[in-house]
Amino acid sequence: MSEPFLIGEAMTGGYGAGPDILHQCTIAVEKGEIAVIVGPNGAGKSTAMKAVFGMLNLHGGAVRLNGKDISALSPQDRVKQGMGFVPQTSNIFTSMTVEENLEMGAFIRQDDFNGTMQQVYELFPILYEKRFQPAGELSGGQRQQVAVGRALMTQPKVLMLDEPTAGVSPIVMDELFDRIIEVARTGIPILMVEQNARQALEIADKGYVLVQGRNAFSGTGQDLLNNPDVRKSFLGG
Amino acid sequence: MDFLNALVALCNYVLVPSIAYGSQLALGALGVTLIYGILRFSNFAHGDTMAFGATVTILFTWLLQSFGISFGPLPTALLALPFGILGCIALVLTTDRLVYRFYRQQKAKPVILVIVSMGVMFIMNGLVRFILGPANRKFTDGERFIISAREFKAMTGLREGLAFKTTQGITVITAVVVVIALFWFLNRTRTGKSMRAYSDNEDLALLSGINPERVVMVTWLIVASLATIAGVLYGLDKSFKPFTYMLLLLPIFASAIVGGLGNPFGAIAGGFLIAFSEVTITYAWKKVLVYALPEQWEPTGLVQLLSTDYKYAVSFSLLIIVLLFRPTGLFKGKSV
Repeated sequence: MSEPFLIGEAMTGGYGAGPDILHQCTIAVEKGEIAVIVGPNGAGKSTAMKAVFGMLNLHGGAVRLNGKDISALSPQDRVKQGMGFVPQTSNIFTSMTVEENLEMGAFIRQDDFNGTMQQVYELFPILYEKRFQPAGELSGGQRQQVAVGRALMTQPKVLMLDEPTAGVSPIVMDELFDRIIEVARTGIPILMVEQNARQALEIADKGYVLVQGRNAFSGTGQDLLNNPDVRKSFLGG
Repeated sequence: MDFLNALVALCNYVLVPSIAYGSQLALGALGVTLIYGILRFSNFAHGDTMAFGATVTILFTWLLQSFGISFGPLPTALLALPFGILGCIALVLTTDRLVYRFYRQQKAKPVILVIVSMGVMFIMNGLVRFILGPANRKFTDGERFIISAREFKAMTGLREGLAFKTTQGITVITAVVVVIALFWFLNRTRTGKSMRAYSDNEDLALLSGINPERVVMVTWLIVASLATIAGVLYGLDKSFKPFTYMLLLLPIFASAIVGGLGNPFGAIAGGFLIAFSEVTITYAWKKVLVYALPEQWEPTGLVQLLSTDYKYAVSFSLLIIVLLFRPTGLFKGKSV
């Protein structure tokens, strides 16, 4: 079997000199797919994603992007290698306009990024309407779209979303999921952490259930939804 | 009652001086607010940075004068200003490299950086006194007035004169040009936007590939230029004395905080607010009131709310009032 496009393999580590949070945890996403990390509170979902992005010290395991070992790179360098990351909180420049947010997303690009900006506006039409408004004045769902749009401006080869639907209403959540599927359809693999396990697994090609920093279950989204153990423990029957 | 003379007296003694003083405070406060927004500390050395920029400018003014070079009716100091800016840039970049960068790498808390900047303040102040001495210096030359009081009286036939000094005119024009240039830079250029992004959300700016050391360097370049311009304009308008610049720190900080720390627009508004309050509260209103009121209401006293010695008390009171009722300033700034 060929190796996935992005894989964090057998990752062990924690924040700074603190205790290990991840233990032999493996997360991967294939080209053109959506992979979802779910699990109970404190399972290390976000931590696993941050580990893939290089935001904590791993002393075991490796992260490979397109077959290349990037374990030693800083998060900034990983962005240059083609990883896009949307943090859970403070993921936009609130005092700057929507358009300026997108421009800052493209900061590392030296070429003309107007085409990419048009694509982002096509994916998120509401952003085009509000492009001259300060991003901090937008609603929660719109802010998340700004955040995803900002990350897309580098034309990433893989997009990582840390709880994109945190704190938004169920209706907005459905809309965000639709948008995320559209982004995936443009060919960008997506790795995301989600609280709303059931909805997330429904759109996922691949799911990972983490418990206490370890892989508890993994499989396709449907497999996990049908797995009685997963249903009983995480999906409420 | 004589409203026209009252108006002229009001302009001459209150409006014109406070607009000039307000422009100087606004330029100073812009520097403080930029440092606060981007390097995230209150720079107590700002007054002495202004003094140092003015010092270098004065030295070059003397040099130019010794060559017999002058700027016609305008002060020679304007020709020397670019050299002053360069000298000041050299000083702040050296200070950043030797002092602030160390604490930045330690991720020191803002309060530690404030204390560090106080140390820098004393050293810069010592440096200025070492170079120029503590005495009061005037370095204005060229034409003294755009309109002198006598000319104005002859022109209008009014009893009150309206003097408009060259230095006041230069101050206002320079301030307008500098502020427009600064806002254009911050809102229209890629580097300016990256500075705003860094000020807004440091982590996300790093994630977007914005180089923090470059942002910090550009900030110091701008701050040194603003400080030198503010320092030279103040020195031209009043006179240059190292300790005066140290004391200027209070109204400058008051301007930046009243306007909303980290908000450039607020710094300008704050500068004018503080200047107008200081001047109107310490001005003896008798003259204006004599013209403006009917004869039987004529005041007997000076109608001066506070002696000019207390002008710093005005900025301080205003600062406290704003902090009590609107801690983030009149325009939305950052709260620590």
